[in-house]
Amino acid sequence: MSTRAATSIAIALLIAMAVASVLILAYGQSPAHVYAVMLGHTWGDVYGLGQVLFKSTPLIFTGLAVALAFQAGLFNIGAEGQLMVGAFFMALVGAHCTGLPAPIAVSLCLIAGALAGALLGALPGWLRARFGSHEVINTIMLNFIAQALVLWAGRRFFFVEQTVHTPPIADSARLPSLGLAGSAASVGFVVALIAVVAVHGLVQRTRLGFELRALGQNAAAAAAGGIAIDRAIVIAMALSGALAGLVGAGTVLGYKGYYEEGIASGSGFMGIAVALLARNRPLWMVPAALLFGTLAHGGLAVNALVPKEIVEVIQAIVILAIAASSSDLQRLAAQGRR
Amino acid sequence: MELVLPALSISGVSKRYGDQLANDDVSLDVASGTVHAVVGENGAGKSTLLQIIYGTVRADTGRMQVLARPVDLTQHHPTAAIACGLGMVHQHFMLVPTLRVVENVVLGREPRQRGRLDLATAARDIAALGERFGLRIDPWRRIEQLTVGEQQRVELVKVLWRGADTLLLDEPTAVLAPTEVDDLFGVLRTLVAAGKCVLLVSHKLDEVNAIADAITVMRHGRVVARMAAGASAAEIASAMVGADVAAQVIAAPTAGRPGTAPRSGVAVLAVRDLVVPRSDGNRGVDHVSFELRPGEVLGVAGVQGNGQSELALALTGLLPVTAGQVRLADVDVTTATPADRRGRGLGHIPEDRLLRGLVLGFDLGENALLGRQHEFTRHGLLARERIAEYAARLIAQSDVRPPDPTLRGSSLSGGNQQKLVVGRELSRPGLRVLICAEPTRGVDVAAAAAIHQRIRAAVDSGVAALIISSDLAELRRLCDRVAVMYRGRFADVLDVAQASDRTLGALMTGVAA
Repeated sequence: MSTRAATSIAIALLIAMAVASVLILAYGQSPAHVYAVMLGHTWGDVYGLGQVLFKSTPLIFTGLAVALAFQAGLFNIGAEGQLMVGAFFMALVGAHCTGLPAPIAVSLCLIAGALAGALLGALPGWLRARFGSHEVINTIMLNFIAQALVLWAGRRFFFVEQTVHTPPIADSARLPSLGLAGSAASVGFVVALIAVVAVHGLVQRTRLGFELRALGQNAAAAAAGGIAIDRAIVIAMALSGALAGLVGAGTVLGYKGYYEEGIASGSGFMGIAVALLARNRPLWMVPAALLFGTLAHGGLAVNALVPKEIVEVIQAIVILAIAASSSDLQRLAAQGRR
Repeated sequence: MELVLPALSISGVSKRYGDQLANDDVSLDVASGTVHAVVGENGAGKSTLLQIIYGTVRADTGRMQVLARPVDLTQHHPTAAIACGLGMVHQHFMLVPTLRVVENVVLGREPRQRGRLDLATAARDIAALGERFGLRIDPWRRIEQLTVGEQQRVELVKVLWRGADTLLLDEPTAVLAPTEVDDLFGVLRTLVAAGKCVLLVSHKLDEVNAIADAITVMRHGRVVARMAAGASAAEIASAMVGADVAAQVIAAPTAGRPGTAPRSGVAVLAVRDLVVPRSDGNRGVDHVSFELRPGEVLGVAGVQGNGQSELALALTGLLPVTAGQVRLADVDVTTATPADRRGRGLGHIPEDRLLRGLVLGFDLGENALLGRQHEFTRHGLLARERIAEYAARLIAQSDVRPPDPTLRGSSLSGGNQQKLVVGRELSRPGLRVLICAEPTRGVDVAAAAAIHQRIRAAVDSGVAALIISSDLAELRRLCDRVAVMYRGRFADVLDVAQASDRTLGALMTGVAA
């Protein structure tokens, strides 16, 4: 099973590379050279590696968020909105942490982000449990609402005059840099790794995880087994939102030091691709996020050879190839047809 | 004398799955104008054989002759099977619920007239087929409005409309009520009288005896006996399972348990004026009352769709009730959650193990845990060692085969899945009341005997049980009293000694008031 999944992923990636090679050739460049430059500027030097880790950090969180919901049979497309409110509240709390010792300040910020994301995730969960309205629609809609509300609240009350960012957080709330040749990689990446282990433990080792998986695989059997389905749906969506809400650990606490309009935007949607690639397994989220982080930073490095759009196309092909090989997506499509 | 060729002849069919031989050099001939039954326990390889004949599974070796046309079964395909005049009715119907009968019949072979879909002609064909073979069905009704028996008729019409001469039926009676079985057998007799032939797979001996002209018995993938019509159930059973198990099954008392009078003591389950709304076109429960004392078994008979499923779901907390009261061990649980009821000693063996009993993607250990997860957690963490120990014990005690806790639920045969569910529910500590629906549906003889034994042992230790079953012999074997459900009500509650097939049948069909 596991080897089969790994094989299908490998095939998907090979196909994606082959198609991308054709595109690069069509642009008049050597694919081997482009790939070599890409690899050299990401895994080949310390700064590049740091940037890859930095770009992977939000993807680990959002990948986990999507995967956890998926384990419970729910499709959270709202990670984008959840990470936005999470990062926003993280920054607001962080700005008021002056004078607090670092462990407390950081914890407060992380809790604020997780809580904000959890609330935004729980809402569509509750709508699903209470009224049966589909979480896919509601999470998509809430992305727009979250974005608009954050922008409005920021402009009206919080943003620094003439800017689209909040005041800086207290120094004690900042997560230290990993010191990788001046790259943006911070301890936020470590926080993401801790989240990976925590979600893995939750899913595999706890009763709640067992109940969520039962719900995801057979809701009727879960109900017959005494699992409170409605409650489990809300909890799954809240936890999923909380994970997305932690994205700010890398971007706000670890890098910028404030919330800025558009920070980490796109990570929420990219998280779906990461979760698909990782087959919803928490431990696989790290390599999956690293791959997309590599593509994101490597794309900048080869900008001189091929236009940035080519790299975006490569990313898109990777996503398509993975999606086509994902049994989860096939299952979801089958549900849609029914 | 004219030499009569068999309509369907297969020889040397073998199929290996891993280190299991599902079919081992199987050969059989089906004469035209006959019903041929392949019987055997779950996992004996009957369904595999049928799938090989229809081409959904490729054999490792084997040949087939259909009306003297040779077919290589290692290269077979359903399209070729249909071209040879084979038609398959699967155990789980392949119908689109929202489409009409005629639309389902023509699906994939839509008749056209000047480029437009011509349903009217097809509908006339269906009516004509129905007239000819006693398969009356309104072509314009939607599948979701039909009973299970009617849906099966649609499947039969579908294969006949496609010109099938040989019908392959996989466990055709598994989902039918007794009266529907009679209807089906009437249809099959008409079909063979018209020169068609039928190859069916079953494990219900009395039914096989009632319909088959020839019987092939399979065990562990091999043909172990060939019998003509009229073989006794005991003969077939001993061929199917081996002598000792058969003796046990045949010798099981067919009427009543010792001490069939209601036991004394306080009712552990008291149901008063229970009203449950209808669900999926079935009748709900309409003012049902009864009491169960420790060690007492109440059976519920009835034609499918008369409220039995709703009764079980309401008692286990999976379906809300409109009125009435349910008391479990003297506590009102009318609105309690399923988890709360379980905590108070309620066990549930669901009617459909695939829908509610198991999570197919879970391994056996996880399936053993389902519904008992609170017993095996501390501070929300799964006690993995205790779970592994319990799962291994449960699998051994329930004789689940193969006994490997890391296998997925989907890799077990139906009988073994059911043994796991039954074992899980019956081994719950503090079990007081068992709600049990169709405990042995789709389960082979040996597994059924084992399941009956487990239920009896639980009852002897003081568990009260409500057993809903469409198998009247099963009810007579296990119950003290049998209630007959008709249109959502208990038409009558009989002492098991009075519960003859005829009496129950009359009550089930509403003939006796």
